[in-house]
Amino acid sequence: MNPQPAPVAPESSSTGALVFSWLFVGIPLVWGVSQTFLKALTLFK
Amino acid sequence: MPETSSVLDRSGTTTPVGTSTGSLLDRSRTIARPGFNRWLIPPAALAIHLAIGQAYSFSVFKLPLVSLISHNEKSPAASDWTATQVGWIFSIAIVLLGLSAAVFGKWLERVGPRKAMLASALCFAGGFFIGSLGVHLHSLPLLYFGYGFVGGIGLGIGYISPVSTLIKWFPDRPGVATGMAIMGFGGGAMIASPLELLLMNHFKSPTDNGVAATFIALGVIYFIFMQLGVWTIRVPAEGWKPAGYVPNAQHSALITNNNVLADDAIKTPQFWLLWVVLLCNVTAGIGILETASPMIQSIFSDKVMGAGRGITAAAAGGFVGLLSLFNLLGRFFWSSFSDKLGRKPIYILYFGLGVLLYALLPTLGHNLSLGLFVGACCIILSMYGGGFATMPAFLSDLFGKKQVGAIHGRVLTAWSTAGVLGPLLVNYLEDKAKEGAAAYQTVFYTMAGLLVIGFLADLAITAVNARYNDPHPELSVADAGH
Repeated sequence: MNPQPAPVAPESSSTGALVFSWLFVGIPLVWGVSQTFLKALTLFK
Repeated sequence: MPETSSVLDRSGTTTPVGTSTGSLLDRSRTIARPGFNRWLIPPAALAIHLAIGQAYSFSVFKLPLVSLISHNEKSPAASDWTATQVGWIFSIAIVLLGLSAAVFGKWLERVGPRKAMLASALCFAGGFFIGSLGVHLHSLPLLYFGYGFVGGIGLGIGYISPVSTLIKWFPDRPGVATGMAIMGFGGGAMIASPLELLLMNHFKSPTDNGVAATFIALGVIYFIFMQLGVWTIRVPAEGWKPAGYVPNAQHSALITNNNVLADDAIKTPQFWLLWVVLLCNVTAGIGILETASPMIQSIFSDKVMGAGRGITAAAAGGFVGLLSLFNLLGRFFWSSFSDKLGRKPIYILYFGLGVLLYALLPTLGHNLSLGLFVGACCIILSMYGGGFATMPAFLSDLFGKKQVGAIHGRVLTAWSTAGVLGPLLVNYLEDKAKEGAAAYQTVFYTMAGLLVIGFLADLAITAVNARYNDPHPELSVADAGH
């Protein structure tokens, strides 16, 4: 007979972790995109 | 929310989640417990893809690397490397990306995304460190081995590491999820290019252009950055579904509820049709990317537009930047749209519209319609990005989610092939054609022809024959990877 799985504690994903994760990747991405956008503007000058 | 907290193994017994005594890197230690927020997975994937996307900014190092001895880009010394020799570093990395994605795909499915992401971070950062030594010792083989070979393996493992995990977390919108991650690969170059220039300026001295130190710094920065992905990635428990999700609610024949294993997938015509689809999509995109700057300067030159009205080198740089932005946006936009439209129809759109736009480019150039010409190129590049980003969701539709990462890895060999053959083809066509704007007409029509082949390949895709379905659907993903 298979052993019954032990109860598993829930894993709380805090809003702080979510915000931190998105900022961690979002800030460099926005910086890179803005640099490219500024460079692209030279086409229209 | 229906969640289970155990993994079914080959013998049919269950292993409770979180009770494994293995290392923190083991797949069993990454299974999410109830309450985990799936929106933590896209940033984990982005942390990997934004880092490895650096590869597409490697051209920033081209001039500094060809003048390591002379410190003069305009008159290199005899012992300086040539542009062709330096160009091979990137080519090796892209070939290794495809090969390692194909070779390590099944391993990834078995060990889980965390171990794979760490391996990717170690190889990618290690490639920079070995490459730095190569620059310091002025050893081209060491640079090929470091950035090209070791770093290329990091690219391949990193590229596929979050894909199947994302699809499993977002079965209700796989296009959105993989579009986000693969958009990161496009964004990585946008971050890396200005960062590399800043670092080289910071480290340079009268006797050193700062490339070796920049490589070290990039290795450290990217290794740390990728740790967010390594330590926040989780796989859903077997049988987990988002609340209210009904598999294949659209009842499309091209969306399976079964699974095909990677070794069987490559025996199907659908796999090779998708391989051709990706090959044509990538090669056609390279047709513009490779030639963007000289092309627009040649077609809209002072001679044609009138003195002082032609496209300058700086403006051409802006054009390249604009194409990169549309490549990035297309990855997310088109892939997300494919969740609504369906995968096969969206590739029909990419290729159908692509053929039309490529065929129009010579006319737009001839009529000096700069705005329309730029607009058409931007749409083509957005669909090039879309073609990349939609592929994992298409594979998941046809072959199921079980080993989609491994199957995706094998399809990526088409990218390696296109990465080498594409520039060769474009350069050959340019050399053979006449000087000036006419040279690009041949390129455009050839690319349109390639897109017709991709269109036909997509059109031929049907549902996978049931005889290829996994005969042991009860086994967990980890077991199937053995």
